[in-house]
Amino acid sequence: MSKRIDVKDLNVYYGNFLAVEDVNINIQAKSVTAFIGPSGCGKSTFLRTLNRMHEVLPGARVEGEVLLDGDNLYGPGVDPVTVRTQVGMVFQRPNPFPTMSIRDNVLAGVKLNNKKISKGAADALVEKSLVGANLWNEVKDRLDKPGSGLSGGQQQRLCIARAIAVEPQVILMDEPCSALDPISTLAVEDLINELKDQYTVVIVTHNMQQAARVSDKTAFFNIAGTGKPGKLIEFADTTSIFNNPSQKATEDYVSGRFG
Amino acid sequence: MTTNSLTTSHGAGRAGDKVFSGAAMAAGCLILAVLFGVALFLVVQAIPALTAPAADIQGGHGFFAYIAPIVVGTLIAAVIALVIATPVAIGVALFISHYAPRRLAAGLGYVVDLLAAIPSVVYGAWGAAFLAKEISPAYDWLATYLGWIPIFEGPASATGKTILTAGIVLSVMVLPIITSLSREIFLQTPKLHEEAALALGATRWEMIKMAVLPFGRPGIISAIMLGLGRALGETMAVALVLSSGVLTASLIQSGNQTIAAEIALNFPEASGLKVNTLIAAGLVLFVITLGVNMIARWIITRHKEFSGAN
Amino acid sequence: MTATVVRKRSALTKGQLPKFAPYIVLAVALVVGAAILALIGFNAFGWGIVSAILFAVGLVSWSGAVEGARKAKDKLATCLVVGAFLIALLPLISVIVTVLINGIPGLITPGFLGTSMNGVTGAFDNKAAEEGAPVLGGIYHALMGTIQITLLATVISVPVGLLTSIYLVEYGNDRPLARAITFFVDVMTGIPSIVAGLFAAAFFFAIVGPGTKTGAVAAVALSVLMIPVVVRSSEEMLKIVPNELREASYALGVRKWRTITKVVIPTAISGIASGVTLAIARVIGETAPILVTAGFATTINNNVFGGWMASLPTFIYTQILNPTSPSNPGPSDQRAWGAALVLIILVMLLNLGARLIARMFAPKTGR
Repeated sequence: MSKRIDVKDLNVYYGNFLAVEDVNINIQAKSVTAFIGPSGCGKSTFLRTLNRMHEVLPGARVEGEVLLDGDNLYGPGVDPVTVRTQVGMVFQRPNPFPTMSIRDNVLAGVKLNNKKISKGAADALVEKSLVGANLWNEVKDRLDKPGSGLSGGQQQRLCIARAIAVEPQVILMDEPCSALDPISTLAVEDLINELKDQYTVVIVTHNMQQAARVSDKTAFFNIAGTGKPGKLIEFADTTSIFNNPSQKATEDYVSGRFG
Repeated sequence: MTTNSLTTSHGAGRAGDKVFSGAAMAAGCLILAVLFGVALFLVVQAIPALTAPAADIQGGHGFFAYIAPIVVGTLIAAVIALVIATPVAIGVALFISHYAPRRLAAGLGYVVDLLAAIPSVVYGAWGAAFLAKEISPAYDWLATYLGWIPIFEGPASATGKTILTAGIVLSVMVLPIITSLSREIFLQTPKLHEEAALALGATRWEMIKMAVLPFGRPGIISAIMLGLGRALGETMAVALVLSSGVLTASLIQSGNQTIAAEIALNFPEASGLKVNTLIAAGLVLFVITLGVNMIARWIITRHKEFSGAN
Repeated sequence: MTATVVRKRSALTKGQLPKFAPYIVLAVALVVGAAILALIGFNAFGWGIVSAILFAVGLVSWSGAVEGARKAKDKLATCLVVGAFLIALLPLISVIVTVLINGIPGLITPGFLGTSMNGVTGAFDNKAAEEGAPVLGGIYHALMGTIQITLLATVISVPVGLLTSIYLVEYGNDRPLARAITFFVDVMTGIPSIVAGLFAAAFFFAIVGPGTKTGAVAAVALSVLMIPVVVRSSEEMLKIVPNELREASYALGVRKWRTITKVVIPTAISGIASGVTLAIARVIGETAPILVTAGFATTINNNVFGGWMASLPTFIYTQILNPTSPSNPGPSDQRAWGAALVLIILVMLLNLGARLIARMFAPKTGR
């Protein structure tokens, strides 16, 4: 139950400003794809267009196609809400709902959509999702405590559990470890490795070592200068991006010459 | 691509979105309609007074001759209130934001809020029963020693129920408004500016002069304007405290009247054209306070770009 | 390089007043102040004022002599700022003391809270004042009127105010309509309360008929005053709900309106509730709008849609301005102050309640 993503000729605008230009990329199902690049190159913006979360930002719009197993996200009559149930997202900072318990946080996607679910099914879903997020053993005794009482790394894994409880096809992660300490980062990276058995995972990261550790394929985005649009420079297997890049800019970036 | 699996969605959910955003927008529009309605109904009900023959209006010289002295009286009372309240309010705001110990500051802010919480009718009762009596010796003194200034011309009112007393009560009522707004602004002063001034060896007062006051100036001005708006429209303090009469230059004799108090004192028993006259007076008050408030808001928005806030 | 200078006093404290300087100056100021007041007739208030002036002058000139002009100016500013705060406390203390002293006799009169003014005439008051008979009459009708009018105003204002703030924060996006609403809500906060009353009166005169005065008209007038307060405070509270929570909800495929009702509002509910409570506290003491919309009643009226209705503020106002017995205003004054005390207690309870709500239902952050 995971789908591939094909992006064709995608431009992203903020108002009249072209933020990301002409991206073509094919993301395989059941793989981890990392987006790397300097700040402001549009990689997070592009990530958001993969589940139409950019529409939350005022003035943002796209041109082009994003196909989820052949279905265009931007086709006529497509409801962004349906898109987001299929393409989940985990954010930079852990953001559990402060008014809800750990259990309710995991069930949030189900309950907030007013779907009826029996107590037994809910318990099973909570356990399955928390196990899937490597968090079950740490929280199984305090499911009714507020989610915001957990440590940062636990909160982030709770957010991942919350995302997979909706049973999406794809999980997008926007710098999921940038607010975490090294130990918590390791736990989340281990989790990402396990997630790719079931889901298509796309992760934006500032940390090149992280990209090298967790991803199968890596896309390098760059920006020519302020006010210029961000572009996809190179997309290849992670090993070749880091060891044998075909573009000069990619080599300069991964070898630490800028960025 | 003929079939797109993403187009199947629950129609009910989408309708919920439409209904909810529609209701929210309708509520917003209702507020605009109410404000428009306030203006409209006041104008409609005021027209008979404006078009009536001069002799039918109270006083017998037309609406303008009726309203002019009480407009002036309203302004006098408001100006007295601001002259007293502004320096004290800014001092209190500075005390809470920059002088009081951190732990105490929140509690002191609450004390000032209490001042705002006391109902106006209680201030009015206090002004009439306590302040007027206690302050009348001071008016005698003013009349004796400063009587050569027109505003302190004797003989002072024996009851103390004068426009100056009303102004003092008003100043107590606008003080918390000016204080709380200024306090907010002062607390927003960028810490870096303050620390830069202190690092140059400035004393606390010099730091306030260099960093806090320039930053807060537009905020202070608009706080004063909002206080003015409140002072112009406040009813009870004047209705209960002032023993009203014709327009008088001296602040320590009985006399003068404000629009709000004039309406409150006469409306309950009014009938016929008198009702329209009072509503017309209310319209005048509405226009004046609207102008003052709009200028205050305009100052805030105009200075937003320069102040470094946001 | 090993030469160390041994000083009795640190160079950093040179040219400063000793720490206890203000206390010395204060003691001197109090003594001299008392002496001056003794010459012109002693009273505590004058003593305080004179001593404060002497203290400021003394401390500033001493500082000027020892520490220089800059430090002296700083001391002067401190004295003025602290003085301003003390001056601001005077009316607050005076009002509360006055209301307590005058209000308690009224409040403890039997039947004060439980009876209305129905049938209480000047004759009873004359008897009370001249022969020491108990003061009859109470505020039950006014208390009930205040509660009903305020409740109705709240029922009108909260949905309108809350929905408007939701529009501004969640849907407005700085559109012209949203900016117009923000601007006019600001303008509305500045409407004099009596004008709001006149509007409600004029509105009902035009719709229902001239001279319509009921509790409902008063509630509409109070709503005009209350709505902008509710909008403002709810808007602030919705704005501080982190955007991350909205995004988290959208990313789970939750619709906007369910995100708002199930995530945003529950997160902000304590702030919204306390804002509403403060708005109630603000309008519950409004006198002028009720004066021109609900008339005066001396009897119990439990129908907000028909007949004149009393309220605590208008009760206070009429009892002071038009005593039941013009020749003996004493009993009326006593009732007025008793009602004022009840009103202040109500307002303080609401303020306290607002604080408790804000604290109790605040989202548990855990960190």
